[in-house]
Amino acid sequence: MSDVLADESTPPPASKGRSLWDDARRRLMRNPAAVASLYVVALLSMAAAFGPELWVHDFDTIYRDRVAIAPTFENLHLLGTDTEGRDQVARLFLGLRISLLVGLAATAVALTIGVLWGAIAGFIGGIVDDLMMRFVDVLYSIPFIFFVIVLMTVVQTDNPVTNLLLIFMAIGAVEWLTMARIVRGQTIALRKREFVEAARAAGASPLQIVFRHIVPNVLGPVVIFATLNIPVIILAESFLSFIGLGVQEPLTSLGRLISEGARQMINAPWMLFAPAVTMLVTLLALNFLGDGLRDALDPKER
Amino acid sequence: MLAQAIRRLAFAIPTLLAIVAAAFVLMQLAPGGPFTKERQMPPAIEQRLVEKYGLDLPIHEQLARYLGGLARGDLGPSMTYKDKEVIDIIAEGAPTSAVLGLSAMVLALFVGGALGVMAAVRQNRAQDYFVMALAIGGVCLPPLVIGPVLQLLFGVEWGLLPSQGLHRDEFGLVYLILPVITLSLPLIAIISRLMRASMIEALRSNAIRTARAKGLPEAQVIWRHALPIALLPIVSYAGPALAGVMAGSFVIETVFQLPGIGKQFVLAAQQRDYTLVMGVVLVYSSLIILLNLAADLMYRVLDPRSRTA
Amino acid sequence: MAFWTNRRSLLAGAGGVAAATSLGACANGRIVGFDKARRSIDIANQGEPLSLDPHKASGSWENNIIGNMFIGLTTEDVESKPVPGMAERWDTSEDGLRWTFYLRRATWSDGEPCDAHDFEFAFRRILNPETLAEYASILYVIKNAEKVNNGELPVEQLGVRAIDDLTLEVELDHPAAYFPQILKHYTAYPVPKHIVERHGADWIHPDNVVVNGPYNLTRWWSNYIVHLERNPAFFDAENVALEHIYFYPSNDVNAAARKVMSGEAGWSTRFPSNQVEQLRTALPGFVRVYQYLTCNYFSFNMTRPPFNDIRVRQALTMAYDRDFVASQIYRTGERPAFKFVPPGIADYPGTARYPWSDIPIAERKREAERLLRAAGFGPNNPLRFEFAHRNTSDNPRVAVVAQNDWKSIAPWVTVELRGTETQVHYANLRAKNYDAGDGGWIADYNDAKTYLYLLETRTGAQNYSGYSNPEYDRLMRESDFEPDAARRGEILAQAEQLMLGEAPICTSVFINSLNLVHPDLTGYENNLEDIHRARWFGIKA
Repeated sequence: MSDVLADESTPPPASKGRSLWDDARRRLMRNPAAVASLYVVALLSMAAAFGPELWVHDFDTIYRDRVAIAPTFENLHLLGTDTEGRDQVARLFLGLRISLLVGLAATAVALTIGVLWGAIAGFIGGIVDDLMMRFVDVLYSIPFIFFVIVLMTVVQTDNPVTNLLLIFMAIGAVEWLTMARIVRGQTIALRKREFVEAARAAGASPLQIVFRHIVPNVLGPVVIFATLNIPVIILAESFLSFIGLGVQEPLTSLGRLISEGARQMINAPWMLFAPAVTMLVTLLALNFLGDGLRDALDPKER
Repeated sequence: MLAQAIRRLAFAIPTLLAIVAAAFVLMQLAPGGPFTKERQMPPAIEQRLVEKYGLDLPIHEQLARYLGGLARGDLGPSMTYKDKEVIDIIAEGAPTSAVLGLSAMVLALFVGGALGVMAAVRQNRAQDYFVMALAIGGVCLPPLVIGPVLQLLFGVEWGLLPSQGLHRDEFGLVYLILPVITLSLPLIAIISRLMRASMIEALRSNAIRTARAKGLPEAQVIWRHALPIALLPIVSYAGPALAGVMAGSFVIETVFQLPGIGKQFVLAAQQRDYTLVMGVVLVYSSLIILLNLAADLMYRVLDPRSRTA
Repeated sequence: MAFWTNRRSLLAGAGGVAAATSLGACANGRIVGFDKARRSIDIANQGEPLSLDPHKASGSWENNIIGNMFIGLTTEDVESKPVPGMAERWDTSEDGLRWTFYLRRATWSDGEPCDAHDFEFAFRRILNPETLAEYASILYVIKNAEKVNNGELPVEQLGVRAIDDLTLEVELDHPAAYFPQILKHYTAYPVPKHIVERHGADWIHPDNVVVNGPYNLTRWWSNYIVHLERNPAFFDAENVALEHIYFYPSNDVNAAARKVMSGEAGWSTRFPSNQVEQLRTALPGFVRVYQYLTCNYFSFNMTRPPFNDIRVRQALTMAYDRDFVASQIYRTGERPAFKFVPPGIADYPGTARYPWSDIPIAERKREAERLLRAAGFGPNNPLRFEFAHRNTSDNPRVAVVAQNDWKSIAPWVTVELRGTETQVHYANLRAKNYDAGDGGWIADYNDAKTYLYLLETRTGAQNYSGYSNPEYDRLMRESDFEPDAARRGEILAQAEQLMLGEAPICTSVFINSLNLVHPDLTGYENNLEDIHRARWFGIKA
């Protein structure tokens, strides 16, 4: 297979004139699934941003005479009430808001650290790579839940929102490790390619090469990872809620609503159905959007 | 490559030491101790318990004591399970988690891999969309939901499979079917997506164009030429992920009432059973290091380019 | 299109694996949770025992197991009332301080006699500080027990003495009519002197342990199963019907219910309260709901503002809508708690209650606002505090209602919830590092004192409120020395009434015991302590 190397002649991604991103946007807009998903994601984001305030019911009002009722038009409990008598639509809006926040914030943290770490380690190689990846190993080898328990219990704050931020940080701080490994793998595969060699020959500094040539070229898998990672993080949050460490009452999240719904699935299936469908739609949209972005950003499609 | 492996293994010991030290210190930062319970024990007894386990010593002395025990192969007594040693508890839990995790990963690699290849070959056609929908569904329905649903259907409604547990006396394969499926679904989802993406990438590469140009049969192009390239990200992912699932899953082990170390770990962390927590961390870390090494070695076997590095 | 052929062979391979696995299915079969032919029962128990050594255990799920292995001087009948166990009968001296127990002739499961010396050994062992028994304080009613346990006196000074092989004399610190209640508790079980001396702490290992009760420990697989087998050497072995009992630690209450629904367990010690209707339909005859000697309550930290002010405590106690919590958050007929000691406690009049108990909630909330204003709170001086709750089972749900009720007193009342792990929660409560916090108390034995001692000054850190009232302490001490049970009950009720008026705690709900029991299992009777010994179990034909 050594003839493979000789055949490689992929052009460098950053061309003059039209920028990479203009190009990508045009191609994204030609993909109907991605465009539809873009609208869905926008709609969901709006719902998350404004829903809790605009909806007729508050997320923490207890209706004492209407506990755990089925969906009804009466009093506009369109998804019924939960086992504490709170409106489920209001809780769903809030859950969506918090889950999206958790997913985005944690993914942003994971991506930033992970991509840079992985690209630098993979590109430089040798002892630096070894040290950087052993560091990842050390962190990786301490179970996720461990970090979270310590973080959640050591840093005691009076503010539930600060606690929430801690959850993001805890989750993001663990997820970047996977990202770093993936990016490093891609970078090792990339660094011997002609365009990188060419840049090196032209006197580009390693940092420039990493940012200009490696990072744009690993964006495909990175975007896939990110769109798949948001659901993973939303699920991780639901796991934390399952053991009582996630979002705290009276706040809620999609994962928490789903795990509560799972407990009620025999007697009140709608309590599972509504958040599960919301999650499904959110994730489907994120995925199609991610795929569209991947195709649009793919340097080989140009 | 052997030299590389040996070098990495030699590196593993300081890595493990670093992990033990970090985990040991982190753990004791968390408030509450193993002996703070709903019912308070007499203060004199609590004092003696604290002394017995050396919890009154400065942290570096405790760590030194722990490492000393470790050097003798002694993980110490459990602080909550008073009749048992940590090593015994782990020995009773680890096999179930390992078998469960390994089975789920093997299942996921085959099913997820095959689905991913199928989706890549049939990109943007019905099969592709089907696989993607499956993958997304697999990710967003958490084991928390899938597990109970499978139990209700197969265990309660149809009575086909045991709903939970292992057998009373022997280790029965049939008891693993539902938990393995539940555990593998998210893995299948992730692997099929990764596989699809990297396979599409691989099929576009010049190497494959060359192979096709040579007139090789399509199946041979896919399986012999494209697959090894496409497997790289999967290998990167599967190494640590395997360690993760083999170290046990709290949700699966709780929902299916299985005696694995995932459940033991979370319970121990909640009860602040320091010695048991450290024991499981040690097992987990060793697994991770070994499987990462295995993944890296496989990477080198599969990727002709990195061999020249 | 050889690719598709390949795919098919892959599927064929998967089919082969499936076939092999289903063969495995035939070899194993499913567990029959209540197997009449094999005379065995599988039990979904709440959790993994932390210890099976009766001197080191501390949970009701451990009691479920250990109580089938050992028999104390007294033991439980089907209704959990104390009846003669190893002691056939006993005398009490006139002052109620000296108890003489006459033991039956019985043996351990290895044939060695189980006699008064084993009991003497056991009492000395649990109260010996070296044993590190966490629960020994239950036996402090025995003369010198507390001092021995604190290491102030040698164990030989303990008020327990074997007069001869079959006579045991126990001296008490003060008269206690409820002593037979305590003696059936696992802290008072005998342990085999010869085995403990030979094996030390390892004596409870299944290979070493011997028992004097109806069942012997055969196997203990951590976090999975505890297997007990009938002990033929038990003194009443001919009346023990079941051969095997299997306990599974079922941390997940929903999974425990499914284990019964699928027929893989014959008894679950819990079920999810809000599924009671579905379970009644799906499992006719299984659902057992009964009142239980347990009280859920909130403590106020009286050692600092705002809860050092009685008016604030009274206001919040008043404004909390327990009726709603009892009827809507719980779904199995739980009762709102307007007092601390649960109804049904023996020899207790149960007359104490919050003075405002009969006033409707809306009016109570108005009165609460008035009290808070009187305490100096208002729009310009808002009341802010944190409510700490355990993040387990129904506790967060109750916390949400409490928060809601308190916020509804007035717009200037702000309550933040903080859910924490149980371990952290109690650490904070003990350190008085909280404003208000939830808790629950299960009776150790059927007597009002098991509740009321929590608020005594000398209880120390576990008096989470930091309540200290000399009059209350005096009444509690007086009750200890009152030999007449009825009079003693009245003194205790007087103390409870005094305490409720000062509201160091806000009682919430008396919860019920919820069991799923196979209807063909006989010898299981609902009872206040939720203790059901397998010794009495039988199989309905």
